[in-house]
Amino acid sequence: MSKAVSVTRAVEMVPDGASLLIGGFMGVGSPHRVIAELVRQGRKDLTVIANDSARPGFGIGQLIDARLVRKLVTSHIGTNPETQRQMIAGETEVDLVPQGTLAERIRAGGFGLGGVLTPTGVGTVVAEGKRTIEVDGKVFLLEEPLKADFALLFCRRADYLGNLDYFLTARNFNPLMATAGGTVIAEPNEIVPTGVIPPDEVVTPHVLVDHFIEKGASHGR
Amino acid sequence: MDDKVTIARRVALELREGDLVNLGIGLPTTVARYLPAGVTVHFQSENGIIGMAPVPEAGLEAEFLTDAGGGYIGAVPGAAAFDSCMSFGLIRGGHLDVTVLGGLQVDELGQLANWMVPGKMVPGMGGAMDLVSGARRVIVAMTHTAKGEAKVLKRCTLPLTSVRRVDLLVTELAVIEPTGEGLVLRERAPGVSIEQVIAATEAHLIVPESVPEMAIGAAV
Repeated sequence: MSKAVSVTRAVEMVPDGASLLIGGFMGVGSPHRVIAELVRQGRKDLTVIANDSARPGFGIGQLIDARLVRKLVTSHIGTNPETQRQMIAGETEVDLVPQGTLAERIRAGGFGLGGVLTPTGVGTVVAEGKRTIEVDGKVFLLEEPLKADFALLFCRRADYLGNLDYFLTARNFNPLMATAGGTVIAEPNEIVPTGVIPPDEVVTPHVLVDHFIEKGASHGR
Repeated sequence: MDDKVTIARRVALELREGDLVNLGIGLPTTVARYLPAGVTVHFQSENGIIGMAPVPEAGLEAEFLTDAGGGYIGAVPGAAAFDSCMSFGLIRGGHLDVTVLGGLQVDELGQLANWMVPGKMVPGMGGAMDLVSGARRVIVAMTHTAKGEAKVLKRCTLPLTSVRRVDLLVTELAVIEPTGEGLVLRERAPGVSIEQVIAATEAHLIVPESVPEMAIGAAV
């Protein structure tokens, strides 16, 4: 059975209250059609795990604007004053995580590890309530794995099986999140016949991908 | 000369041939304009590329080639793109030679605070905590004071970015090296006296016998 689904059907799978890993860095490499459909269908009380919340009106910023996010786990909200406003007003819970730690926690979640040991954050507010472990005389923080109900990705190409590759800086968190979502939905820029992406160039193997979004309108159709 | 240009030109002289360099958003980004002639370094952007360069000319922007602020960039031949784990593996793993970051406060222990002002401004740390913890050399590029308030303090009052001692602080007034003994005044800006630097600094400064004027790189 084909993994291709309409963007409407893909978002219908996502219940209110779901946790979502969403790819992208300042909206570059985010699944913009899926995000727009989440807003259109009004999915609410979402937990979103993503590098940032982009800007008001753009990318994950659209979910913030529409007040669909209950909790945001992220490294940076400096480019989105509305996220900062909602955080300071206590309207949206924001958990700030160092960017490299966020990436490794997602990798740990997707790769079956019990967490990662990182020097980042030792002795700062980030370390509060966390275990420290000494290895070879150096102190590390134990950072626990992150997973979510869904991973929503953007990729360059998906072949018919769901093998994925990526574009330049639109790669960012996408291949990591592909490992850590219960249901993985990719929004490809282009769908290509199986075999067009050579095995050496497949970044995300098809077994990780549950669905990809059908082609949008183009060529006047 | 504009204060920020002074800082950027002085920081540029710290970069060495072949260095892998990460420049923070804002003032640090402008350091790239003042690289000494003949020095080639590799610029990393933590969203996933080594070999970032300016967009060669207007109209050549690429949709999926951007910096950590989401702005369009170009790339040099030989550039490499990768995911966020690789990007921060390079940073944390000791592969990044230099990071240049902005600062809100630096203290006598050489500790940096640059990611939040509680209750007022909460941008988040982004990659800053990993960069300060992991880079081989950390250079802070910031104005010496903010609205007359000292930023070089006995102890940081804002949440720390890392407990690691940074390697160098460059301001429009001085070059200061944090050491195990304290903050050593290494250079002063052209036309600035040692007394002027001390007056603008809350922290105790160790003043060696000779404190030369900053060498400032040439504008390109």
